[in-house]
Amino acid sequence: MINKPLSETSEWTFDLIEKYHTEIARIAGNFGLDTYPVQLEIITAEQMMDAYASIGMPILYSHWSFGKEFVTNEARYKKGQMGLAYEIVINSNPCIAYLMEENSMTMQALVIAHAAYGHNSFFKNNYLFTTWTSANSIIDYLLFAKNYIAECEERYGEKQVEEILDSCHALRNFGVDRYKRPSRLSMLEEQAKQKVREEYLQSQVNELWRKIPTKEVLRNNRKDNQFPKEPQENILYFIEKNAPFLEPWQREIVRIVRKIAQYFYPQRQTQVMNEGWATFWHYTLLNQLYAEGLVTDGFMIEFLQSHTNVIYQPPFDSKYYSGINPYALGFAMMTDIRRICENPTDEDRHWFPDIAGSDWNKTLHFAMQNFKDESFISQYLSPKVIRDFKLFSILDDSNASEMAVTSIHNDRGYQYVRRVLSEQYNLGSNEPNIQVYYVDRKGNRTLTLRHTQYHGMPLDNSIDEVLKHVVRLWGFGVRLETISEDNSITHVYESTHIHP
Amino acid sequence: MNQVVQIVDRRLNGKNKSAVNRQKFIHRFRSQIKKAVTDAINKRSVTDLDKGEKVSIPAKDISEPFFHHGRGGFRERVHPGNKEFQQGDKITRPEEGSGRGNQASNSGEGQDEFIFEVTREEFLNFFFEDLELPNLVKTHLAVLNETKKVRAGHTSTGIPTNINVIRSLRNALGRRLVLRAPYYDKLLEAEKQLEDLLQHHKETDAAVIALRKEIEHLSNKIAGIPFIDTFDLRFDNRVDRPKPITQAVMFCIMDISGSMGLEDKDIAKRFFMLLYLFLMKTYEKIQVVFISHHTEAQEVDEDTFFYSRETGGTVVSSALNLMSAIIRDRYPSSEWNIYAAQASDGDNWDNDSKKCTQILSEKIMPYLQYFAYIEITEDRHQNLWQEYLSIKAQWNNFAMQRIESLTDIYPVFRKLFEKQTHDK
Repeated sequence: MINKPLSETSEWTFDLIEKYHTEIARIAGNFGLDTYPVQLEIITAEQMMDAYASIGMPILYSHWSFGKEFVTNEARYKKGQMGLAYEIVINSNPCIAYLMEENSMTMQALVIAHAAYGHNSFFKNNYLFTTWTSANSIIDYLLFAKNYIAECEERYGEKQVEEILDSCHALRNFGVDRYKRPSRLSMLEEQAKQKVREEYLQSQVNELWRKIPTKEVLRNNRKDNQFPKEPQENILYFIEKNAPFLEPWQREIVRIVRKIAQYFYPQRQTQVMNEGWATFWHYTLLNQLYAEGLVTDGFMIEFLQSHTNVIYQPPFDSKYYSGINPYALGFAMMTDIRRICENPTDEDRHWFPDIAGSDWNKTLHFAMQNFKDESFISQYLSPKVIRDFKLFSILDDSNASEMAVTSIHNDRGYQYVRRVLSEQYNLGSNEPNIQVYYVDRKGNRTLTLRHTQYHGMPLDNSIDEVLKHVVRLWGFGVRLETISEDNSITHVYESTHIHP
Repeated sequence: MNQVVQIVDRRLNGKNKSAVNRQKFIHRFRSQIKKAVTDAINKRSVTDLDKGEKVSIPAKDISEPFFHHGRGGFRERVHPGNKEFQQGDKITRPEEGSGRGNQASNSGEGQDEFIFEVTREEFLNFFFEDLELPNLVKTHLAVLNETKKVRAGHTSTGIPTNINVIRSLRNALGRRLVLRAPYYDKLLEAEKQLEDLLQHHKETDAAVIALRKEIEHLSNKIAGIPFIDTFDLRFDNRVDRPKPITQAVMFCIMDISGSMGLEDKDIAKRFFMLLYLFLMKTYEKIQVVFISHHTEAQEVDEDTFFYSRETGGTVVSSALNLMSAIIRDRYPSSEWNIYAAQASDGDNWDNDSKKCTQILSEKIMPYLQYFAYIEITEDRHQNLWQEYLSIKAQWNNFAMQRIESLTDIYPVFRKLFEKQTHDK
């Protein structure tokens, strides 16, 4: 069957977008991509910058830091130092993908394939997203948050709200649950619950800080009064529930920042996989369009040029190098898994006996659904990809005078490189491990945080500034201890509360 | 199954979603930004007020702290693009700070500065803030020049309401004439042939039928030429032209004798700037004349005006004489609106002040729109002030004010702005 190309020129129209979408959706369906319904939104470059500034979300509460982000991007964009991303896609149901009006038809088709089908199916099926995010209610929740914060600004003053938000932002990476599953709520439910929660929380806190000893407390007194019973990793959650003097509305704001951080947590853990998956599928879908004669040679040349730019990996000594490009690594690994399934070599059979020769699409879907970057790399990074990227590992030990090359892309090094790279994507070791350790309930109410050191890495000097934020939220002094790997306290940082 | 898709055109939704956040940002760092704007004012020329400004504030002030690792410890990372390294090789550590993979800094330029642009409106807001201008005046000054649409020929693109029917149809006619010419000649010829043929042949003859077919074909060709085509269209072109087409000259007179300090000059500069800004809103073309004086007066350029310092006494009349001469030579009041702003610490030679009054009331004030005088001093009023009081009584377009801080500047111009805002 010979088809007529959908369009010959690079101009897009609404009709054409719909036609291309229909074809892409059909092909994606044939490949078994399971997606949320798609909503494509045409926006201008200015609106794209607005979206940038609000971490890609269509609605977000207002805060100066988003304004800072905006003026930065605006200045760089105007100077030509920065091109705008072609796409932003939102993990929501329906899945919203932005198409910029400046894009050519080819680019629009690329974005539809990449975002509206690639990312979309990832959002809907990857276990981290299905467990930790609620695509159905996120837009509602953001709307609730925006209104709530605007209302607080009106009622309690912009400055007060800003201060709380500043402090929460400082701790937002420590506002995520790594194990517990948060509840799913829509805006209306959220509003209704919020009132009840407000009263209940306050009463709980009052109970916790009651000064007149009850019988129960007296009984507890006999034992060592450890609170919390176990260290708490979600610092914002702990503050929301236990900080003595926060007003109810302040607790709610802590909760909002925490919820939004939680929503983004899976994205931070699946960059390579998510981009790799989306890139693999835009490549596969558009090539299929071409194979069916639905797009012209010119279309493919424009597409491939853009595609090669996206997956370019500058070598470590290039001035453009800024770490491993997640698009490049992700795409290479996804493509490689397909290769291993379809045309396995002896090496592949040795390394991947389970998947060599299996159905590539099933294998790929399984990988997409059940892994995050860290485990995905440790499971699937093949010697061939290591060779293609010429990966090598460098050990930088601040006690040694020189850095050492610990492995390269050879037989002895494959396993090692794979392990180090996998560890590199482990958020748990990239971010300092800081947990709520102890509250001096009977004394001066100091909150003690414990930093368990990993690989001897010290905290950054900005720590004092962060502690001031913790103090603001907690309302009393805060102490942070660094515990080295041999279990001794090596550093203590303290920040005391100054009564206004 | 066909996926349901919804395509939404958001382009007409507001594009300024970030405006609130931007305002918050500017509000939060207003002291830093204001300082940057103040610095910029000092660097700018008096006549260079009507644009935005690049503002840079220390990056550490605006950073958002969070828990993260600092340098040091034990790190192992994977990099791509190995060329000659072997396992076990030792590499010297790159210099501190020059390490690759630094996160791109916010500044775009230096690492320590956060640089962004404030718009013209924001810039003027900061400028006005010090001067405590009433709101009405602020809007009056900040508003962009009104313009008038004037005709400027024709263009081949435009909006439907601007289509010039006559020209468009004329083009269409020309195009049709040219395009049909080859067919039209043949058609005439064929019709003539047909006429001849019909005198000897019947309708059913093959030759007649062929000819009729040919005629029909040619007629269709001609009919197929479009009556009007997009490239026939001509649109009336209109361009914006600023409304007030008048010109003004502004005299800046300043005492640069030793008694005027740098700070005094800075106040004077703001004073001149404000007058200039006002004139800019009212007149299309403005010239500025700088006259500096100590015992003698001189016409100078702006840099010399603000930065040179002379020692010695003060003779104000020298400047007024020079101004009067310049007006006579170059700026006849029939063609120019003349404004003058004088800044001084009020010192003058005793017997000179009388002379000033005389020059002013005879040779200068009759030609002037407005004369504003500021006395920058913390002491009691000086002798020039006493003299000028009599001028003020005599002329209502003469304003004077003693200035201790920036907020005192505006009252000098109060009349000026009142008049203008009434006129509106």
